[in-house]
Amino acid sequence: MEGRAEGMDMSIPELEELANVCRKHIVKMIHKAGAGHPGGSLSAIDIIAGLYGTRLRFNVDDPDWEDRDRFVMSKGHASPAVYSILREMGFLNDDDLSTFRALGSVCQGHVDMKWTDGVDFSAGSLGMGLSFGLGCALAARMDSSERETWVMVGDGEVQEGQIWEALMAADFHDVSGLKLIVDRNRIQNDDFVNVQMEVGDVASKIESFGWNVKEINGHDMEEIVGALEWASSAGSGPSAIIAHTVKGKGVSFMEDNPSFHGKAPNDEELALALEELS
Amino acid sequence: MSAPSAGGASRDGYGKALLRLSEDPRVVVLEADLGKSTKSCLFRAEFPERTVSLGIAEQNMMLVAAGMASSGKVPFASTFAIFTERAFEQVRNGISRPGLAVHICGSHGGIHTGTDGSSAQSIEDLAIYRTIPGLTVITPCDDLSAEELTVQLLDHGNASYTRTARNKTPRMYDSETVNNLKIGKGSVLREGSDVAIVACGVMVCEAIEAAKMLEGEGVSASVIDMHTIKPLDTNLLDDIRAECDGIVTAEDHSIIGGLGSAVAEYLSTTGGYPIQMVGVKDRFGESGESSDLMHHMGLTRNEIAAKARNIVNSV
Repeated sequence: MEGRAEGMDMSIPELEELANVCRKHIVKMIHKAGAGHPGGSLSAIDIIAGLYGTRLRFNVDDPDWEDRDRFVMSKGHASPAVYSILREMGFLNDDDLSTFRALGSVCQGHVDMKWTDGVDFSAGSLGMGLSFGLGCALAARMDSSERETWVMVGDGEVQEGQIWEALMAADFHDVSGLKLIVDRNRIQNDDFVNVQMEVGDVASKIESFGWNVKEINGHDMEEIVGALEWASSAGSGPSAIIAHTVKGKGVSFMEDNPSFHGKAPNDEELALALEELS
Repeated sequence: MSAPSAGGASRDGYGKALLRLSEDPRVVVLEADLGKSTKSCLFRAEFPERTVSLGIAEQNMMLVAAGMASSGKVPFASTFAIFTERAFEQVRNGISRPGLAVHICGSHGGIHTGTDGSSAQSIEDLAIYRTIPGLTVITPCDDLSAEELTVQLLDHGNASYTRTARNKTPRMYDSETVNNLKIGKGSVLREGSDVAIVACGVMVCEAIEAAKMLEGEGVSASVIDMHTIKPLDTNLLDDIRAECDGIVTAEDHSIIGGLGSAVAEYLSTTGGYPIQMVGVKDRFGESGESSDLMHHMGLTRNEIAAKARNIVNSV
């Protein structure tokens, strides 16, 4: 078995700039489509930029390369975050982004491995991605491969019972190649998480299921990169990063605002958002 | 063909098939605590490193299987038929939608399960899985055919659902005739010219017995083992329409949505044809010895023969 090849090695300022470029893609894409989920895309994008810019090993010319690392975006409604990073990594182009949610587009409403090169999971129904990632990680171990599987879930999503089935199973099978990121942005579809069904101290709960757990500020790129490195080398067993984030981060009127969970900006709001992100 | 002989339950055939498939290193087996019941335990005993125990957590099992399929494995995941239904949306969204070739086996399907009672007697599995695009749906009638059809899943390419039965049924095949089986092709077990009995699973045996009863009354009935509900062998149905006066379907499943519905959908949208259905009449089961219960629910040769008489007498 060959050792793990290195991923990209972007610097902190480069990663911050990458995330900012992605934020502009996100708001433009959703505005063009007239529908989509800006809040959870903007809360997740700093972590996703850090992941693609420092850890993930992939091949744009061979998207199905079997030894690539997997990124399982379980909160698949935040698809614009994924499409924006795939655009910056070279899997998609601006024309692709402009067709988001349109008939026949490679950019389906929710990320779908059947439609988009570079997407490793068909999401859209919350609670399934961690189980899928566990399957990927178990297969990697059977193949004696060091490829890693990274799964991102939302904090509303951990209300799904299947998440806890998967957490229990990953510990039982001692799957070190499985890495979980919880985007703890505190807002779900209808309202704040603590109004709908408070999930509480997610870090302690997951730790009690036998995982290695680390909490970070999900918008501090130094902390993000450090946590991703930690998760890759945390030793035995699966590892989870609880990333405390702000829904809608980067666009003032979307920040911490439940109404921008699943609403597109209008023309005026787009102009304001792009001005703030410039 | 030779007279049916006593054999095992179709779940035994599934277990044996997994052992035959073990030569392919891509094959992995997933269990949700019921390996001793579904017979995946045979594989586990020989290949523990390729068997994954997920505990009593079917939803997780379906997606773990999907993840493994996306990583080059050929997963066979089993539990009771009824408990696969708990994870229906996982099968739909997590397995079939991305087109991942996961092979699900639901054992203890149907009223035939017997004394466990209605909670375990899945009578809607064929119906719900039949609605999922691209999912192959199979219900073998005996242990030998279950083994053969499961072995054929290795390079099938699509996701599949196979229902097996808990209890033994007489063999409809022997070690030679079973080799003629092919997923998606109905198997003609008996030729007849008046009426065709299209059956699946444990009702195939009943269909054979019904045909014998009818023969004594001067009614010539053919018997089809329609082991694959989807894709349905419509060429065979066309042949039947050309040769017989009508069809009786027989299944250990609700008359809503299963084999009878599949046959009726095809025939009614391609010209119409007399059809009568034997199945569970839109009700739940209850506890009872299998044979008593099957009789109580009308899942019998007498019921099949009565339906056949209806067709023959009405033309």
